Amino acid sequence: MVSETQKRRNRTATRIVDCRLSIVDCRLDAGAAGGSSVANRKSPILRALESVTDPEIPVLSIVDMGMVAHVRIEREKIAVDITPTFVGCPAVGLIRESVAAALAAVGETDVTVNIVFDPPWTSDRITPAGREKLREFGVAPPGPRCGAGQLTEPTHVPCPFCGSLVTELESLFGPTLCRSIHYCHRCLQSFEHFKPV
Amino acid sequence: MDTKAFQSLDCLPGTLREAVINLLYRLADDELVIGHRNSEWTGHAPILEADIAFSSMAQDEMGHAQAYYQMLHQLGEADPDTLAFGRKPREFRCAALVCLPKGDWAFSVLRQFLYDAAETVRLTAFVESTLVPLAQLATKLRGEEKYHLMHGRSWVLKLGVGTEESRGRMQAALDVAYSCALGLFEPTEFDEPLAQAGIAPRESELRRQWESAVAPVLADAGLHVSEAAKPVYGGRVGRHPEALKQLLDQLQLVYNIDPTAKW
Repeated sequence: MVSETQKRRNRTATRIVDCRLSIVDCRLDAGAAGGSSVANRKSPILRALESVTDPEIPVLSIVDMGMVAHVRIEREKIAVDITPTFVGCPAVGLIRESVAAALAAVGETDVTVNIVFDPPWTSDRITPAGREKLREFGVAPPGPRCGAGQLTEPTHVPCPFCGSLVTELESLFGPTLCRSIHYCHRCLQSFEHFKPV
Repeated sequence: MDTKAFQSLDCLPGTLREAVINLLYRLADDELVIGHRNSEWTGHAPILEADIAFSSMAQDEMGHAQAYYQMLHQLGEADPDTLAFGRKPREFRCAALVCLPKGDWAFSVLRQFLYDAAETVRLTAFVESTLVPLAQLATKLRGEEKYHLMHGRSWVLKLGVGTEESRGRMQAALDVAYSCALGLFEPTEFDEPLAQAGIAPRESELRRQWESAVAPVLADAGLHVSEAAKPVYGGRVGRHPEALKQLLDQLQLVYNIDPTAKW
């Protein structure tokens, strides 16, 4: 028999979970662990976070965007670290409120949402699923491993509509801080590109 | 250099704390003021893309200012809104370059290029800072800044080798802006302690790096830096061109109607 004290200690230990969202890990963890109340809460928490979308690109969740840096669960408390795409992004305040609201909807009311710059968000954090959703939305996704401050001019970005590489940069700045504007010479139309940052 | 890392702002000993506060005011105020100047092109730039670019850069720079003000707040200064909207011109620590009126399009793009080159040099150095929160923020900001620099460089080259009129306007802009840009590197009493602690390089070192970064672009654009260009100092100790007062009167107008209003 495990003593009550031991049980309590185990419970505390398992409740301090740092499910580094490297999202995939978290999903696997939640599935594999089971049993403890923390593991049972992980799936709804993750689903709640997946329901929060970037208001400027509504087809993408903040999980797809790689904006969820850490989720820490300790007893009733949850701390979510959000790493913003752009420091001056006006959507940050709204995202913060939406995270708290989405978690409240699954019964998590003791929630702290922190805005952090470590790890720094780079476009490399967008998940493969996120990139596909961007393309379907009509925004060319950033290329892989081209973020983290590298100085590369985004030219010949594949057109999200026809895939042509015969495209040119029209404007480094677009309708939101995170997008540039390009022109496809095959479809003869402009498109947006999520900037590699 | 044998230096230890400061994991958080709370780790700073008293003397360095004062130096970091001064540094952050210089960084934040430059960003806020040039951000406001950029926003003055919203709806007025020569072409739509230029309008969007300056509006986006304004938004970026204001966001960067807010992040620096937030760090100042963590160091015990007032909250970001109060710092941006509640201070008098003499309390600002920005350089003359960012205070000057927006001028013509040539002046604005040239100023922005000189400023972004300086910011890039600074941020690149800060990535290695022993002050960890500053290093983290710099890593983040550098990715955004690269778009500003690419934008500025392409306009400087385009107008420098464009028509006689565009080249003339760019040269006139450079004659005014270069001296003021040198003022971005005004030495302060805090240079030495910050450098020794590995938090920030000396301003003289940053200036050298900046000069070698901008010189080739200006040369390619056919623009000449006057031998007589002397740095315009004073901004870092609160002495500013009259233009800053006019800018702040506008920027702070609504806030000052009722500073306690909740938004």
